Amino acid sequence: MGWLLVNGESVALDGEKSLLEVVQNAGIDLPTLCYHPELSLHGACRLCMVEVAGRGVVAACHTPPESGMVVKTNTAVLRRLRRMALELLLSRHDRECTSCSRSGHCSLQDLSNRFGISDLRFKHERTDHLPIDTSSILVRDPNKCILCGECVRMCGEVQGIGVYGFAHRGAKMQVTTAFNQDLAHTDCVHCGQCAAICPTGALVIKPQMQEAWKALNDENKTVVVQVAPAVRVSLGEEFGMTPGESTMGQLISALRTLGADKVFDTAFTADLTVLEETEEFLERVQSGEKLPQFTSCCPAWVKFAEQFYPEFLPHLSTCRSPQQMMGSLIKKFYAKELGKKPEDLYMISVMPCTAKKFEASREEFTTEGVPDVDLVLTTQELARMIKEAGIDYVSLPDMPPDHPFGHVTGAGVIFGVTGGVSEAVLRLGYERITETELENVAFTEVRGYNGMRKWELDLQGQGLTLGVVHGLANAKAVLDDLKAGKVHFDLIEVMACPGGCIGGAGQPITNVNRKVRQERGAGLYHDDVVTPLHKSQQNPDVLTIYEKWLTEPGSETAHEVLHTSYRERGSLWPRPKA
Amino acid sequence: MNTTVLGTETLETDFDPDFFSAVLAETGTSTAALVPILQAVQEKYRHLSEEAITHVAAALGLSTATVYGVATFYAQFSLEPKGKYVIKVCDGTACHVRGSIPVYDALRKRVNLEDGRSTTENRMYTVETVACLGACVLAPVITINDQVYGHVTADAINIIIDTLEQEGSQHD
Repeated sequence: MGWLLVNGESVALDGEKSLLEVVQNAGIDLPTLCYHPELSLHGACRLCMVEVAGRGVVAACHTPPESGMVVKTNTAVLRRLRRMALELLLSRHDRECTSCSRSGHCSLQDLSNRFGISDLRFKHERTDHLPIDTSSILVRDPNKCILCGECVRMCGEVQGIGVYGFAHRGAKMQVTTAFNQDLAHTDCVHCGQCAAICPTGALVIKPQMQEAWKALNDENKTVVVQVAPAVRVSLGEEFGMTPGESTMGQLISALRTLGADKVFDTAFTADLTVLEETEEFLERVQSGEKLPQFTSCCPAWVKFAEQFYPEFLPHLSTCRSPQQMMGSLIKKFYAKELGKKPEDLYMISVMPCTAKKFEASREEFTTEGVPDVDLVLTTQELARMIKEAGIDYVSLPDMPPDHPFGHVTGAGVIFGVTGGVSEAVLRLGYERITETELENVAFTEVRGYNGMRKWELDLQGQGLTLGVVHGLANAKAVLDDLKAGKVHFDLIEVMACPGGCIGGAGQPITNVNRKVRQERGAGLYHDDVVTPLHKSQQNPDVLTIYEKWLTEPGSETAHEVLHTSYRERGSLWPRPKA
Repeated sequence: MNTTVLGTETLETDFDPDFFSAVLAETGTSTAALVPILQAVQEKYRHLSEEAITHVAAALGLSTATVYGVATFYAQFSLEPKGKYVIKVCDGTACHVRGSIPVYDALRKRVNLEDGRSTTENRMYTVETVACLGACVLAPVITINDQVYGHVTADAINIIIDTLEQEGSQHD
């Protein structure tokens, strides 16, 4: 503990690890480009420098706070040094801001504005224009890279993959993939967290708004849109609303105004997933086979398992994700109901997620050769389309989703937050195992934001061990422990992104901010509370489509339409040592 | 085993797991062993192939991108096989002021090296610069496969390469 002086003000120490945290907690927004509280320290950008009496200029991120330090954050020397560091970064940066999709959300642009940099002393040094990689769902433009290494650490530390590294040296240094391969030819699982954390436009989502406009303007296409749970609590942020404010009704209005013919809520097929996945789980519990069961809603996690842990593929639930269940129902049944062919319907998903773009392109998810989901737009892309159309989002009226998938339950809505799938499955599993009605639906034990949560429960003699994991490095640790026989689980929920889908890389850019994620999560839990129904098994429309199309959970038709299989993928990446 | 004759060396193009196991037995698999392992692999194969880098990463539990980063950081490592003749042009202070860069440029031009490459397409020549060979009295100085040539000029380069090529054709 103790205290120190920041710009003459006394500040109490409260266990902060770095001087940077102390200064930030004291209300001073020290500039940083390579520091992130959820990643290891890098110390390369030299913008958080402060003066400490008796020590001179130090990088605050790398300096442990000590009682009695006298710290200054805004001296003439510091301003000169920071400005020079920034100018040097700018001298090698592609500054075509007007056509950069990060413009307005770029930390470098923001700092340049804060420092009032109007002309550069250093000429543009970048003569070696490097090729832009558009091979994947992300666009990687090394000419905009400032070598902060946040993508390197995000992919390696949080996701446990390590697609990126620093290559070459000195002025030739680059952040790149192994052998400078196109992203499409790496072990990338498309979670997009590298793009979410990139402070500049070096990594962005490849925009697909034009494809959406084309379909919306095509009179021969019936455009059917589905919206994932996590989108409703984040889209408003793009229009000045607070994170977590649920705007599903306005979202549906906006989509109709943009030209969508039908709008459905993916929470509906989340309810359907609960019925199928719980059925599958109870069968496995009864037979004692293929346990633990892993959830399969997260396409980045599925690809991760296919690449690195093929031995666990039989343990993955065979349920398609809610996005693909919706696509399958639309193309296989709903098209017929409308008297149309699958190719006359154009299915657009609005997702918080970049990996959903990859999932939709998997060849197994087609009907009569037509993709079940034709296009996936991220929350970011939909926000741009609403802005381009000049729609005043905030004052739009609420509208309900279309039938026959009009009803959703709170269980489907909480799929968007880590622990939500487990909780939704429990709300059904509890009733099935104990054969009693569940009164209190909130299983707060599986909620929270710790990277790995474990809950052992006893349902009238039936012991169950649940695991909830988010961040693929956490998943890797659990998988290795399972392989070594160190742990036991019956059901494990895995979400690739920190916080689950609410922290997806398609969400409005917040520089991967824990507080914003938790506000979005709270928004989903609030939606659960205010939704009249809380258990997927109560969803009347789900029950109707079983009667009409699918017979019963786990039936042959349900398997054909709602389930899938997995395949081992080769990997460049080293497998964990045996 | 596929082999390519390269100068006096034989370049094995298949990655030999027995050789690799022997190296790992010597060095261990801590991350601190990374550079010694890469050195051993490069010594045997005259370069670090993608396959070799992938194997090294797997053995050490590092990402391939990390090992690629180390392999590209140090000038001693080469990702492409070197030529039959490895020509090092000294660009230390003494050689630099005595005209090592015109010598280097003349060399690259004579052996038709494309921009950004250090080894010719036919894998005859590798041309690289080194900081100081410690023979400043001979500046500017170059070495070809460890044989030293002193007081080199751009004109002399043509004679030296002519001689190498005559030697080569006599062998054939």
